[in-house]
Formats: sequence, structure tokens, C-alpha cells
Amino acid sequence: MTEMIQTTATRTAETVAARLNRRYTAERRFRALGLGAILLSVGFLAVLLGSIVDKGWTGFLQTQIAVEIAFDPQVIDPEGTRDPATLDTADYAALVRAGMAARLSPEADRATRRDLSALVSTMAADQLRAMVTADPALIGSRATLWLLASDKLDMVVKGQVPRQVGAAGNALNDRQLGWLADLEQAHQTRKTFNTTFFTAGDSRAPEQAGIWGAVVGSFFSLAITLLVSFPLGVATAVYLEEFAPINRWTNLIEVNINNLAAVPSVVFGLLGLAVFLNVFHMPRSAPLVGGLVLALICLPTIIIAGRAALKAVPPSIRQAAAGLGASPLQIVAHHVLPLAMPGMLTGTILGMARALGETAPLLMIGMVAFIVDIPKSPLDPSAVLPVQIYLWAGSPERAFVEKTSAAIMVLLLFLVSMNMVAIVLRKKFERRW
Amino acid sequence: MTLNVVLPQSSTKVRATALDVHYGDKQALFGVDLDIRAGEVTALIGPSGCGKSTFLRCINRMNDLVEGARVSGSLTIDGSDIYDRTIDVVQLRARVGMVFQKPNPFPKSIYDNVAYGPRIHGLAQDQAELDDIVMTSLEKAGLLNEVKDRLLETGTSLSGGQQQRLCIARAIAVEPEVILMDEPCSALDPIATAKVEELIDELRENFTIVIVTHSMQQAARVSQRTAFFHLGKVIEIGDTEQIFTNPQQPLTQGYITGRFG
Repeated sequence: MTEMIQTTATRTAETVAARLNRRYTAERRFRALGLGAILLSVGFLAVLLGSIVDKGWTGFLQTQIAVEIAFDPQVIDPEGTRDPATLDTADYAALVRAGMAARLSPEADRATRRDLSALVSTMAADQLRAMVTADPALIGSRATLWLLASDKLDMVVKGQVPRQVGAAGNALNDRQLGWLADLEQAHQTRKTFNTTFFTAGDSRAPEQAGIWGAVVGSFFSLAITLLVSFPLGVATAVYLEEFAPINRWTNLIEVNINNLAAVPSVVFGLLGLAVFLNVFHMPRSAPLVGGLVLALICLPTIIIAGRAALKAVPPSIRQAAAGLGASPLQIVAHHVLPLAMPGMLTGTILGMARALGETAPLLMIGMVAFIVDIPKSPLDPSAVLPVQIYLWAGSPERAFVEKTSAAIMVLLLFLVSMNMVAIVLRKKFERRW
Repeated sequence: MTLNVVLPQSSTKVRATALDVHYGDKQALFGVDLDIRAGEVTALIGPSGCGKSTFLRCINRMNDLVEGARVSGSLTIDGSDIYDRTIDVVQLRARVGMVFQKPNPFPKSIYDNVAYGPRIHGLAQDQAELDDIVMTSLEKAGLLNEVKDRLLETGTSLSGGQQQRLCIARAIAVEPEVILMDEPCSALDPIATAKVEELIDELRENFTIVIVTHSMQQAARVSQRTAFFHLGKVIEIGDTEQIFTNPQQPLTQGYITGRFG
């Protein structure tokens, strides 16, 4: 008897040992596969982010050149009236041109003037105008000013395009490159932080283009989205989860909400076009309509997240409140909803983050228009960040490449911070019962 | 009401007559007839799934919250049918308090836990009266000395036994007539259990108490009357002493001597 048991035991041990090697090999193989998958995806992410940062970081810098400007009374105000209207309409571009010519080339033919002008942004004239209207006493004086360089010069200085006539992306000719070398030799070029990028609206000239208009447009859109979708989503989730009877109709609604969460967003854009613009005649390209469309897109996400958060509230809390004689509304308002709120907020922030990145539906309602002004209200035409990126990505000027990547970085920063807030909320209010 | 005055000890507070409960297709209670007397502790004992908790939850209509639950027959408190259309369930639950198996304080402060019931029912005219209700309830629940310095800490920070006494304080703050206890000590250690049992004995003076318990020793210690449930029926009801020393039914005898359960 003992022998038999021993034989069985030996046999078991042998069988196990024989298979052991194969089992461990399979496990190692599986781990290696998982590790490989992670490395591969991290690699892709690194390449993506790396290329964006590499292309875009120079977008946060702008090139300026030092030019001595003579505020010539003959050009600005020949009659000496100091009339604000006269000061406002004077030909400041001529002052810039004269200053450039005096520094770089005594020749005064049309071609030279054109080549010189191409080095400075048209914004330089605006800069002079602002200075003179603010302080007319400048007229007649001379000053060395840092003027904003044109995008063509900017690209060469930043090294984004080769310093070679005819090279891809380079729009400067031999003479202009010579002038640039001259200026650099005299330390009369510099790169500074690009405040224009964060304060201006869109522009056809890359060196004057900024994302502030799009940021404000996105802000207005998201504010509308939040105002519409959060109360609606929470109310729907609470009703469906806490009050609605379970029957054919509520099942139908539930299935449809889940399906809506998967509907391509461009379809919502078409809906917005058909309903908000064509039926209700709301303003085109406005954050109001964009926000409403985005609210429709967010709504299923918020409802689903909200219901999950409500489901996660332990039934013991509901029973405790009911046992004390709380009415169904009191149970929800006093106990269930406050406990579910962090989960609901997390879902909402994630929905908002998705809305912030949506592009296609906004194209449908005309937010793809070229808009220079910063919107002042949700009724003004406006761009939003992802559409701005889309617009710049399609622009032919070489300098828009870095603007595109810079704008992508700003958008990603917003997205990451929103997700961080969601994570912090979840961690902070996570409750243990 | 006059009856109550004449016969304070043996007057019937809760009376179930031919009570049936169905959960969907499954019948949980079969024609239960049971009287619960005012000012006494009535223990409901029986093996798991025998319907004692179901019966308890009928008394404050907590079964209403269960999807597909149907109650038929009659259940009266002081002679009025609580399943009558004219009875408001919110009002009923203010009269019939409940303490659950697992301590379930709200994740709010100790003070707010106790004050919640009086607040929603508007039992206190002003803050001073509310403070008074909270203090009295905590004291009656034997918890005041332990928590009086930290009334603003959350109720969930207390130990299990303290949490359960907090739940009892919360229930008696509304001054109900009947308190239902669904295995109130099953999640507690022996010392905490002893404290809660002591408390139940004190509360008997002011409240009618119905307690479901799995522990026959507990039933023997705290109750005056005991009902034995089996497979959805009441097999036997009587004075606790009689049930434990001289059961009339063979099933009861089998259960209390540990032959099944």
C-alpha cells in the first residue's frame, strides 16, 4: 500500500517536472511579447512627440532685427499739425524701408526696395505707428528699434531652411542672404520669446499669426458645451439610474445612448448644420453653435460615466437614508449624488477633453473660416484650437509648419492638464466604505 | 389607543395576518401570522433564507425598494394597515426605524449622521433643539462619552462597533415607535456585541424592538419573545424562555438544539 502511494507520488513529481520547463518557457514568451508591445507603443509615442517638439519649439521664438529708424517729419506729418488722423494714416512702411536702405544698401531702385521690405514684417510699420501715436514727440528723432523679421528671414535665421538660394523652403535670394550675414555679423539680429503667438489671432503672414483667437474660441465653445451637457447629462443619468422603471422604453433609450457614444463626430456636425444653422438660423462659425454640437457629442459620455458613478455608490447608503424616511429625491440629492459627483466630474472632464480636440464636426458648421479678430462673445465668428491647427497645416508658407507644431503642443498641454485634473479629482475624492 | 393604556405590556404593536411575500416568481413568505407586542424585544430566529429578514423588511416597507417584490395579506401597526394606499411610506419609516446588518453610517460627520433624520423630518425648531436631540440620541446609544470631542469627524472613522451604535443613535434620533434590527451584531466582535446587546435592553423601555439574529444565545439574552421561522413560515412563537426550554414544535426543537440550521 505504502509502496503504491510512493510510486504515485514519484510519478506525479516526474510528470510535473517534465512539463515544468515548457510552462516556464511559455510564460517567458508571453512576458516578452507584452514587453515588446509596450516598448513598441512607447517608441511610437516618443517619435510622435519628438517630431512635434523638434519641429515646433522654434515656433515659440521670433526673430527681430535692429534697425535705426529716423522719424522723418516730412513723411509722418509734413504740415506739422500733429493731427491724430494724420499720424494714424502716415506711411510708416516708408520709414522702415528708409531705415533698412540706410543700413544695408544705398541703391534705391524698386527691386532693392522690394528685397529690403521682404526682410521685415509688415507689423514693423504698425509698431512704429503705435509708438508715434502714443508719443508724437518722437517725430524728428532717431532710434534703433528691434523690428519683427518677416517669416522668410525668420525661417533662415532659425535654421529651418538651408541658407542656399533655391533650396527647398528658402525664399530669400543671394543679396538678401548677404544682408542677413551682414546683420548677424553686427549682432543686429536676435531671437526672443514669441509673444505674438500667444496674443494674436490668425493671420496670412506666419510671423503675425497667433493662437489666442483660437484659444478664446475653444474656451467659449467648451463653456457652452459644459453648461449644456453637464446639467443635461447628470439629470439624465440620475433619472435613468435612480427613478426610471426598467421597461422596454428605458432599455431602448439605454441602447441608443450607448450607440450615440460611438457615432462618428462628423455626423453630429451635419446634425448641427441642419438643425442649429438651417432651422434655427444661429450664427455661422460661432462658438455658440460649436459648443452645442460638442455638447451633443459629450452627452453620451457624460451619461454613461454618470450612471457608472451612481451605480458605484453602495446600496447600503441608499438603504440607510430610506430607512430614516428620506424621500427618493432626498436620498439622491443628499447622499447618492454627492458621493457620485467625483466620478461624474471625471467623466465630464474626459468628455470635455474629447470635445476640445474635435475638428470634423466644427468644419461642418463653418468654424473653418479664416478669422483674424479675437472673438468677444460666443456669438462672434471664431476658430478653435484643433481647427486652427488644421488650417495652418494646410497653409503653403514654410513658417506655418512650426506654428502648426507649436499649436499642437499648446493643445496637448491643455489636454494633458485636463486629464491631470480628472485624475487628481478621482484620487482625492475616492472613497472607501 | 385606550388599549395601550390598559394593557401596556402585552398590547399588540405590529400584527401580521396571512402575510405573503413574492420576489418575482419566488415566494418568500407563506401566510405569516405574527403579533409583536409593544415595549418588548421580539427576536426572529431561523436558518438562512427562512424569510425572517424579509418579514422584518415588510414592517417598514423596505421591500418596496426591491424590484419585483409583492406583498399581500395584512400588516398593521396600531391597527392601521401600513400597506394601505393612504399610508405614506416616508411617514411610516419615520415611525419605524431600522438598523442594518453592516454598519452603514453616512460618509458625513458624526453629528450630521445623527442630525440627518430630525433635519429631513423637521423635528427640531432651532439649532439648540437639534443639538439637544443629537446629544440625547448619542447618549442613549451609549456613544456620547466616546465621541463627544470629535462630533465633526466622519462617522466612517469610528470602529465597527461604534459605527453600529452610531447607526442606532441615528435611528432613535427620529424617535420612532418601532426599531427593526437586521442581525445588528453579525459584523461585530464579542465586546462590541455585548455593548450593543446591553443597549438593546435599555432601549426596550421606550421602543418596540424586532431583531433578526442568527445567534440563539443572543436571542435568549436580549428578547422577551421569540419567533422561529422555517422555509417562509412561522413555525412557533412564544415567550423566549419557553421557546428555548420547552419548544412545542419538533422543528423548533431541532433548530435550537443544533440539529440543522
